Amino acid sequence: MKADRLFKWTNIATIWLWLSLFALLPIILVLITSCLENDPVHLVRWQFTLENYRALINPIYFKVFWHSFCIAGLCTLICLCLGFPFAYLLARMQSKYKSLLLFLVIIPFWTSSLIRTYAIISILKAKGLLNTVLLSLGIIHKPLSILYTPSAVIIGLVYSLLPFMILPLYANIEKLDIRFIDAARDLGANTITIFARVILPLTLSGIVGGIVLVFLPAMSMFYIPDILGGAKSLLVGNLIQNEFLSAHNWPLGSAVSMVLTISMGLLLLIYRRADKIGQQHESISEI
Amino acid sequence: MNRLAKFSYLTAIYCFFYFPIIILIVYSFNNSTYSSLWHGFTLDWYKQLGDDTDLAVVALHSLEVSVLAATLATCIGTLAATCLYRYLFFGKKLLHGLMFVLIVSPDIVMGISLLILFFLIKMQLGFWSLLISHITFCIPFVAVTVYSRLTGLDKNIFEAARDLGASDFMSFRRIIIPMLWPAILAGWLLSFTLSLDDVIISFFVTGPDFQILPLYIYSLVRIGLKPELNALCSVMFAITLCIVVVFQLVLRNKEVE
Repeated sequence: MKADRLFKWTNIATIWLWLSLFALLPIILVLITSCLENDPVHLVRWQFTLENYRALINPIYFKVFWHSFCIAGLCTLICLCLGFPFAYLLARMQSKYKSLLLFLVIIPFWTSSLIRTYAIISILKAKGLLNTVLLSLGIIHKPLSILYTPSAVIIGLVYSLLPFMILPLYANIEKLDIRFIDAARDLGANTITIFARVILPLTLSGIVGGIVLVFLPAMSMFYIPDILGGAKSLLVGNLIQNEFLSAHNWPLGSAVSMVLTISMGLLLLIYRRADKIGQQHESISEI
Repeated sequence: MNRLAKFSYLTAIYCFFYFPIIILIVYSFNNSTYSSLWHGFTLDWYKQLGDDTDLAVVALHSLEVSVLAATLATCIGTLAATCLYRYLFFGKKLLHGLMFVLIVSPDIVMGISLLILFFLIKMQLGFWSLLISHITFCIPFVAVTVYSRLTGLDKNIFEAARDLGASDFMSFRRIIIPMLWPAILAGWLLSFTLSLDDVIISFFVTGPDFQILPLYIYSLVRIGLKPELNALCSVMFAITLCIVVVFQLVLRNKEVE
């Protein structure tokens, strides 16, 4: 059995080595960098400081965080409002085309969001399709300027991230037992009550899963604001990118990253709680 | 009426998904540089694309990195899933946690963290740094795909193999790989597309000497609109579409089994 042990330990060692070198160590390095002083020549000076974190309370950075939070939050909300009915209808549909329809959601999920973002430009630009159509129909008399505004960024983010909301919701709603809804209706519940007391609690884990999958990338996808938003709408992702590649202030960029990572961690904690509650609901409903 | 409302809602969302892409593809055949009106059919942009030697080099780079990264990540990810499934070892929980963190951590944080690492070990940014980064972010996706399939297997198979004198390596080669090949292939395809389309992480870990396709597209998009870009994006879309179709067929086969 010497060969077995060799096999086992070579595998474990390979995986551990790779992940600790290229996943664990880099994250620790970010943490360390975020506590170092900035040096214009050598990037960092080996001097412990919490100045970078304090700098983030500065109104300029705080504004970026807040702005980014609002844009990502709004984008998540729109995705949820558009995605939930869609996922629900799709999951409840009885049609031989159902798998094809699901497949049509998976295609955008897989396609590069860069390419899809680019596709939006030709529609939103001043002489783009949207304006051409609206002008020729006489609905508007002056071209709308949507491109390079925060609205364009939100449209772009929703367009890129909507599949990430739909797919977890779909998976969750498909498992939902239709008999609960029937039972609630038999017991006299109206549509709103059924939605609030039956459907919502049972699909909570899917909803929170979707929110996490949309909200996090929305904060860090720097190229969508870059392409669609012009210089005006900076997101946390752009802030990190600027600090690292243009301003060369790595410690500050690292501090921003740490804050982003920690807020992500908190969100995930909420997600796990919601998942547990969801499971409890399921186990209750099994009884 | 109710049916009609449902139908129109679904249609509206599908239009939202596909309209921009269809427009992009239509424009890639439009015989006009700037206009958004139709000026006749042309294949000129595709011809220009074919003649663009820069682009050919960049595309080849991308393909090289994606194939290698997907293959290596599949090997490591499959082994990782097997270890997590079969063995008890020190730090197993931590490994699970690390995989989870890797999947959910924002791409941009991963990008800068790897940038710091490469800077610290004084590694030239280029092919190798890019390959390492892509392998790293693909591993957990493969591991999760394979692991979820492994948990569906009957554990007795391994007991039986052991009773018949098979070593662990033998059961890996003769049982796990043949029984899991759909999941392994699915993991490979997933890694391949993730790697081919990645912008954020690559943005930080590649150097000027080694340009890849998504970053090339990104720089073109930022400079301004070129009709060739429509053609290029259409081609990229077609490639991804083919991969998704294959992926779905693989998954369906898995279900039939």
